[in-house]
Amino acid sequence: MLSSTADHLYWMARSFERAENTARMLDVTYRMSLLKQATAEPFQEWAAILSISGLASDYFERYGLIDADNVLRFMALDEANSVSIISSLYSARENARAVRGTITSELWETINATWLQMREIEIQGIPPDGVSTFFDWVKERSHLSRGVAHGTMLRGDAFRFIRLGTFLERADNTARILDVKYHILLPSPKDVGGAADYYQWSALLRSVSAFESYRKVFRDVITPLRVADLLVLNPDMPRSIRTCIHEVNRLVLDLAGDKNWELQRQVGLLYAELRYGSIDDIVGQGLHEYLTGILKRIGAIAEEINKTYFWPTDD
Amino acid sequence: MSEPPAYDEMLAVPNVVRPHYREFCSWLDSTPAQVIAHKREEADTIFHRVGITFAVYGEDAGKERLIPFDIVPRIIPAAEWQRVKALNAFIHDVYHDQEILKAGRIPAQQVLGNSQFRKEMIGVDVPEQIYAHIAGIDLVRAGDGEYFVLEDNLRTPSGVSYMLENRKMMMRLFPELFSRQAIAPVEHYPDLLLENLRAVAPAGIGEPNVVLLTPGQFNSAYFEHAFLAQQMGIELVEGNDLFVRDYTVYMRTTQGPRRVDVIYRRIDDDYLDPQAFLKDSVLGVPGLFSAYRTGNVTLANGVGTGIADDKAMYIHVPEMIRFYCGEEPILANVPTWELSKSDDCRYVLDHLAELVVKEVHGSGGYGMLVGPAASKDELRIFRDKIIAEPSKYIAQPTLALSTCPTFVESGVAPRHIDLRPFVLSGKEVHMVPGGLTRVALREGSLVVNSSQGGGTKDTWVLEA
Repeated sequence: MLSSTADHLYWMARSFERAENTARMLDVTYRMSLLKQATAEPFQEWAAILSISGLASDYFERYGLIDADNVLRFMALDEANSVSIISSLYSARENARAVRGTITSELWETINATWLQMREIEIQGIPPDGVSTFFDWVKERSHLSRGVAHGTMLRGDAFRFIRLGTFLERADNTARILDVKYHILLPSPKDVGGAADYYQWSALLRSVSAFESYRKVFRDVITPLRVADLLVLNPDMPRSIRTCIHEVNRLVLDLAGDKNWELQRQVGLLYAELRYGSIDDIVGQGLHEYLTGILKRIGAIAEEINKTYFWPTDD
Repeated sequence: MSEPPAYDEMLAVPNVVRPHYREFCSWLDSTPAQVIAHKREEADTIFHRVGITFAVYGEDAGKERLIPFDIVPRIIPAAEWQRVKALNAFIHDVYHDQEILKAGRIPAQQVLGNSQFRKEMIGVDVPEQIYAHIAGIDLVRAGDGEYFVLEDNLRTPSGVSYMLENRKMMMRLFPELFSRQAIAPVEHYPDLLLENLRAVAPAGIGEPNVVLLTPGQFNSAYFEHAFLAQQMGIELVEGNDLFVRDYTVYMRTTQGPRRVDVIYRRIDDDYLDPQAFLKDSVLGVPGLFSAYRTGNVTLANGVGTGIADDKAMYIHVPEMIRFYCGEEPILANVPTWELSKSDDCRYVLDHLAELVVKEVHGSGGYGMLVGPAASKDELRIFRDKIIAEPSKYIAQPTLALSTCPTFVESGVAPRHIDLRPFVLSGKEVHMVPGGLTRVALREGSLVVNSSQGGGTKDTWVLEA
């Protein structure tokens, strides 16, 4: 496959996955902000969204003070923000457009129709009572496009680069959201958290569609340690870091070729650590430090994917 | 000004329908207007969703819009290819022995001094001696129903995707029409094209690797490039996907470099290779022309075809046919005045308000004057331009292009149309029975170019 085609496929999937994750985060925060008694400082919640995406300074420059409406606008509809939902959907669509000959026409039409509807929504604006409906729509479109890819694409390298983009982005996102929420709720490793935090933990779980799964897996009260365990190490959780890296590991092996040894090595090593890691060790060394390390390695893997497949040297 | 009578494709005289339109007409009469209006909306929605769009240059740059698709099909009886054979023979000749010039059949100065003549191509041999692998011949039908060639397009003719998509749309919206009569299929065009491209690969290549080279997403015809690449199952590449080493072209793939044998290029000559042509082109591939000259890669269309479809060369095509084929032309040219000749120029300046004047190197309907539709000011400005540089222009009579019923705001009304069939040349010459019908949607307008607000129609050839 052409290097540039692989590049577009990968970013098409990453961007769409990013739009979905952003919608998930915003949705949970928005719902929480409606429960006044649940959060002492709703403000901190909105600030957290910005720091997850590393956008706090951009935001302050453009909007000044933090308030719910502005953060929502900035993260959902602001085209100047390169990772807002609208920008992500645009990027997904432009990347898809560049490879519309490689993806199935069903997949192209799904992504293109999403963008056209997004344009409409932008023009109409999101009504105050339609915020959650909008996020549901983004999630639905993301589910749909993943499903269409799954149901129509040939199981070849094109499909693999799409999956690679999806799972790398998802791993990155799960690590970020867990890191920030954990930090807000339990600033120091010794903190245990109180009953009021129940809402917070359940919101975090819901944001990654893990609330019901938590109940099934643990059949017990929600504790921070178990939440971390579920989202980092659980092999059956579709959004846990381990599951995502497991998928990336398999894809990298399937994409083999003789030039990707360094990539195989980095991904394999990370997967082995997740596969055999224990949550007690992780929390013992400090979850924040651990997750920062994971994010760095995901970044290095993305860099290696670039070098191996997208911008190879000519010999 | 009274308009010359135009040939009506559907009606022979008022209220008498031509035989090949009868079936369609009875269907039209029996179908309620709301049904048709609804189908038109449906077509728009589908075209948008599928993303069959056209980028406009200039005003509103960067906007994507639909080429208006008209749901009344254009029905024709038949077509041919003698002309393309002669044009290919001409291109080969002028870059080799120049027999036609030596025989004095075409003034040598007009060829050798033409900016479209590429000295770099002299002596370069190409497979099968084919240069214009894909040709789009624009035809119009004048007052008495005779077909004339308006223009040859031998560089990177576009529009074939609309031919294919329009057919798909018609079959989706009105399947009943297709069961009522035998309409010749056009859907196999991409197969023919691929076969044609493979047939002209450099000698000795078993399984040639064919790619389509596009200037990129922002080109007005990008949709078509992507569409054709997909239909043929070949890679759609941009300049920076390719590189040249040892006079051989490679593409960058996730599994390392892979050799490229045939390039269906939709980039103009000038931008192909910054080492050979325009130095600041970022669309092309450095070294591509040297690989082409060496014979390690085939470009389709070949380099330097512009010498044959140039508007100044157009008047000589009937002579080329006589010279190379030893036959009389089947399709006539539109009478043309060369403004570089002082007699012609004087005549044209005296009759400017009746004529169509075109730039010799222009295309896409840009920079042309339609005398009868022009204002006094426009006429005056054009007159000055002609006087300043007469050899830049040719002039033709304002033809009464035939009309075809078309859905417009006020209902169904006649609008002027032309026809672009596509001719493929490789080891053999092929055509699909059909083509792109372009329609001038504004009442009375004769300009059908999509960049000037023209629309398109499905084109049917009825099988006996």
